[in-house]
Amino acid sequence: MATVDLKDVKKVYPSGVEAVKGVSIAIPDKELCVLVGPSGCGKSTLLRMIAGLETISAGTIAIDGKVVNAIGPTERDIAMVFQNYALYPHMKVYDNMAYGLRNRGTPKDEIDSRVRSTAKVLELSALLDRRPRELSGGQRQRVAMGRAIVRNPKVFLFDEPLSNLDAKLRGQMRIEIKNLQRSLGVTSVYVTHDQLEAMTLADILVVMNAGLVEQTGAPLDVYEKPASTFVASFIGAPPMNLLALTGASPSSVLADGTVIGLVPRQGKAVTLGFRPEDADITFAAEAPAGALALPATVEAVEPVGAESFIHCVAAGSRIVVRVSGRASAKPGDRLRVVARSEKLHWFDQTGKRVD
Amino acid sequence: MIGQSPLRTFIAHAVLILGILIVAFPIYYTFVASTHTLQTILRPPLPLLPGGQLWNNYSEALFGGIGRIGGVSVGRLLLNTTIMALGVAVGKIFISILSAYAIVFFRFPLRMTFFWLIFITLMLPVEVRILPTYKVMVDLGMIDTYAGLIVPLIASATATLLFRQFFMTIPGELVEAARVDGAGPWRFFFDILLPLSRTNIAALFVILFIYGWTQYLWPLLVTNSNDMNTIVIALRKMVSFADADTQWHLVMVTAMLAIVPPILVVVMMQRWFVRGLVESEK
Repeated sequence: MATVDLKDVKKVYPSGVEAVKGVSIAIPDKELCVLVGPSGCGKSTLLRMIAGLETISAGTIAIDGKVVNAIGPTERDIAMVFQNYALYPHMKVYDNMAYGLRNRGTPKDEIDSRVRSTAKVLELSALLDRRPRELSGGQRQRVAMGRAIVRNPKVFLFDEPLSNLDAKLRGQMRIEIKNLQRSLGVTSVYVTHDQLEAMTLADILVVMNAGLVEQTGAPLDVYEKPASTFVASFIGAPPMNLLALTGASPSSVLADGTVIGLVPRQGKAVTLGFRPEDADITFAAEAPAGALALPATVEAVEPVGAESFIHCVAAGSRIVVRVSGRASAKPGDRLRVVARSEKLHWFDQTGKRVD
Repeated sequence: MIGQSPLRTFIAHAVLILGILIVAFPIYYTFVASTHTLQTILRPPLPLLPGGQLWNNYSEALFGGIGRIGGVSVGRLLLNTTIMALGVAVGKIFISILSAYAIVFFRFPLRMTFFWLIFITLMLPVEVRILPTYKVMVDLGMIDTYAGLIVPLIASATATLLFRQFFMTIPGELVEAARVDGAGPWRFFFDILLPLSRTNIAALFVILFIYGWTQYLWPLLVTNSNDMNTIVIALRKMVSFADADTQWHLVMVTAMLAIVPPILVVVMMQRWFVRGLVESEK
């Protein structure tokens, strides 16, 4: 039951490397905030600063309204789930879960009832006497979660907890984590580099790049209105198609000289983008009015069952179009890629979105 | 398993048996000699089978006291040596695990300087620093005491390095998990580090116990009274080259008794750390 507030948080390592360059995030009570970004973007450092495992070079971190900069990890009342689980190898599952409570001087019978009820929720009851090495990856993951839940902390911190699981289990655990977090109502910060995990788990999505926040918002808002070319290409799979413009006006001109009769409502754009699923293909010679229509050559078609990805080359760039069902195109076809103008995204010289 | 043919098996076994015979025969012969009277031993050839003096010889040595070493019994010698070997082994492990803990898990000024200082002492065996050490022991009045036997041998760069290497393999996440779980340095050491080090401690204990048991030069210097001799020193004193009165049957008994405790330690600890190795497998 707590909010987490980051105000202009910075991390500078003694070597001079600036890992986090001023991040402000406000996480409301009971919400799950996902920090997503490529490796080296500072997301793990930020999480470790919230945990108290790294010192804060500048700015403040407040948990439940109380600044915790100078407080150690134990007193912050947080629980953390680590990437490699970090279970104590010599302790049984029961002791792994009870350890944090014991260190806090919780009475024995309360520890017992809390461990057992948590184990029940996570379906670990039958495994309490096992040691971590006798468990499968998914079970270890559950124990790591249990160790966090049993403490009933103010904040859960997750550091890429699913990256060591296989794809199927990952999908399953993702749903479980979301359900658990929702039913327990504990404010959480979750770090991942997987944009699918980020999209599905987040109440608040924070996209980070090079130590800075690129965009904060609800996952679908971020998806639909990426604030920069970085976010546009990072969120979504396959990523948004981005085409370079020459910057000429009044009409936009693609890098290869193709003139398209569309401009952003305001400002000046040098990059044009559209989502693969917002485009379609047509063999008709006539371009529909008020839409982007790019002559393109099909390079490859990937049918994946429910949908197909058509990889084309248009105006010298590679673009992907996602169509449902089977595709009518085949490699070598010359056709037009069509996208409605309201589905287009425009970005300026600095990569920022213009509308 | 490279080959399974009967011939290979036969050769392999033959080589192994031959090896065991070569190693074991002198020990067996010592045992045989320890069960005969002095007269039998001194009149060659020595029989290949044990004689009838087993009980007499062993009880005389263990409880009666041996003249050449001032009438001290082998029992007393065994006690001295056990105290020394245990003290050295436990002390070395205690000191080195704590130093390694400090060096690996704490950040303090001159950390690496201390590490290198410890490391450099590897190059200074007991023999090199024996005169100053002896002087210090004399000044402190620790000649002919157990502390005098044990303390100078306790500092161990080797064990510190071994623990350091092991501690460095402990994942950082585990340390952090413990911190988040509210374990301070003390709890982390006892609840997590020590249990995880069990196998290393067991292995080191065996090595260090035998190291302490077989010390020769230092006990020779620091003990003057026959009461405080270790068994190795006493054994040496019992053998006289000039006089004819070396009581060979008692020397043999003492030699046999001297090798029993190290063997016991190896056998017992081996089971222990084999189990530990299997357990810590991830």
